[in-house]
Amino acid sequence: MRTILSIILKRLLVGCMTLFVVTIIIFGAIEMLPGDIATEVLGQAATEESLNAFREKYDLNRSLPARYLSWLGGAVTGDFGISLANQRPISELIGQRAANTFFLAGYAAAIAVPIAVVSGMLAALYNGSVFDRMLSSSTLAAISFPEFFIAYILILIFSVALGWFPSLANVDPGTGLGERLYLTFLPAMTLTLIVLAYMMRMTRAAILNLLALPYIEMAHLKGMKRWRVIAVHALPNALAPIINVIALNLAYLIVGVVLVEVVFVYPGLGQILVDAVSNRDVTVVQAACLIFAATYIILNLAADILSIIANPRLLHPR
Amino acid sequence: MNEILYTLRGAPVSAWIGIAIIGLYAVLAIAAPLLAPYPEAASVGAQYQPWAAPHYLGTDALGRDVLSRLIYGARNTVGIALATTALAFLLGATMGLLAATLGGWFDAISARVVDVLMAIPALIFALLILTITGTSVLALIFVIAILDSTRVYRLSRAVAQGILTMDYIEVARMRGEGLWWLIRKEVLPNAAAPLIAEFGLRFCFVFLFISALSFLGLGIQPPTADWGGMVRESAKLIGFADFSTWQTATFGLAPLLPAGAIALLTIGVNLIVDWVLHMSSGLKE
Repeated sequence: MRTILSIILKRLLVGCMTLFVVTIIIFGAIEMLPGDIATEVLGQAATEESLNAFREKYDLNRSLPARYLSWLGGAVTGDFGISLANQRPISELIGQRAANTFFLAGYAAAIAVPIAVVSGMLAALYNGSVFDRMLSSSTLAAISFPEFFIAYILILIFSVALGWFPSLANVDPGTGLGERLYLTFLPAMTLTLIVLAYMMRMTRAAILNLLALPYIEMAHLKGMKRWRVIAVHALPNALAPIINVIALNLAYLIVGVVLVEVVFVYPGLGQILVDAVSNRDVTVVQAACLIFAATYIILNLAADILSIIANPRLLHPR
Repeated sequence: MNEILYTLRGAPVSAWIGIAIIGLYAVLAIAAPLLAPYPEAASVGAQYQPWAAPHYLGTDALGRDVLSRLIYGARNTVGIALATTALAFLLGATMGLLAATLGGWFDAISARVVDVLMAIPALIFALLILTITGTSVLALIFVIAILDSTRVYRLSRAVAQGILTMDYIEVARMRGEGLWWLIRKEVLPNAAAPLIAEFGLRFCFVFLFISALSFLGLGIQPPTADWGGMVRESAKLIGFADFSTWQTATFGLAPLLPAGAIALLTIGVNLIVDWVLHMSSGLKE
């Protein structure tokens, strides 16, 4: 038990360090602007007074480490400062949108994870069958198709031709859950299709690796039933890689969501990030990047830690 | 079982399909001015024409010929993706091979830097940097090349480390060969197959990445014809598709054509990569 704890603690420490360095990068990126934000926003012709007023407002007169610390402190408590473009508090702008984004990613995950795990296991069991071959060619499509290609195919079929689902996911805070699930069905399907093939393939590979091990063969030779070999002998050991696969793909979903939100004009964090980048609204970009990067890092960390916990070998160190 | 999968996927037929696709795109890209019936950015007709001669794939919102823009798009999008991948490779492979061969502090520091760079999702990192640099083609190439070189670095470092434990390296070192000679004559030839396959994969990734950024309006800027940007421009047309007649149904295909062009090229490259990996069969997964 002690080794597993120390492994987890070590991994946690590395994760926190990474998160810390990433916040420095995201905050420091702003300093790479030629000149400073004040001249960048107000233009070269701005008077000294207006520049000073601007610096005062955005707290630019203090030293870099001091500003970093207050920014970080604010970010941890959910206060990201003020938007450069429209002077509104960023937390107000992105609060609801971040919730929308996590809702969409979670919705997609809720569809994709069960399908991927079950069909990945089936593909591994009936290795080489027609189903298995279909799966490998669908992986090729999933690697090759840009996200928006899948999205527009779905829109053309289910929205324009059949009229079953709306092509724009217009949700607002007052939208009920049922309505929300209906409105966001196509974006969720797009995300599902993007990650499904990866997840199935990785699950399949994890199980196949396991089924090739001698102790599984031994179980078969003892005359054990096929399902029992899978459920009792293979599954506990397959849990670690499968959990890893799921968490990694959830991390991937968080990023894939940006493009899908833009296609479906879904009011999420990705959309506001893209808008902020084209307006060069640096403070909003920082806030959105921080949320995305932190979620991504935390999910990766969770993947590692869960697979350490789920690995039965580590519970009984030699 | 992997054998079956790989003989199936690496069958010469699929590789030939891939080669044919890439050949077609290469011809389009190189001979774009000769093949395209109209110029890239000129308004040559009424806006939103359906698919009929002389505009075989219709016209866009500014009356530009879609077919011509698709053909020029091959040159612009693929050209920029290729330049970016080459730069990423130059950077990543050089650093990776050096890190493996030199070892020591250079190895340790570069590995940490790459770890941190890879901890942030590439799209998010690129958006952050593009906010600061602004969206120019040069900035695009450099940002994506640097972000992508991290993957190349990891692979080339891992492959080179494997090769460096071989006896022939030991012999070469004892002969007194220099660092450059070791990399060029011993490591590089042995690392060629996985690196070539990786080049294909990186190209696909970069190509999709640039298309995604252009689709978001942050990549290659108009009026340069580019497939990601064309999808963005024609996206709203999809709502006007009407399946009662063939002519109006084509509106639905407006964003799918450039998106499909992206998908087809990526499939082609992937087919060849699979084949190369199968042939070298050293690094299958």
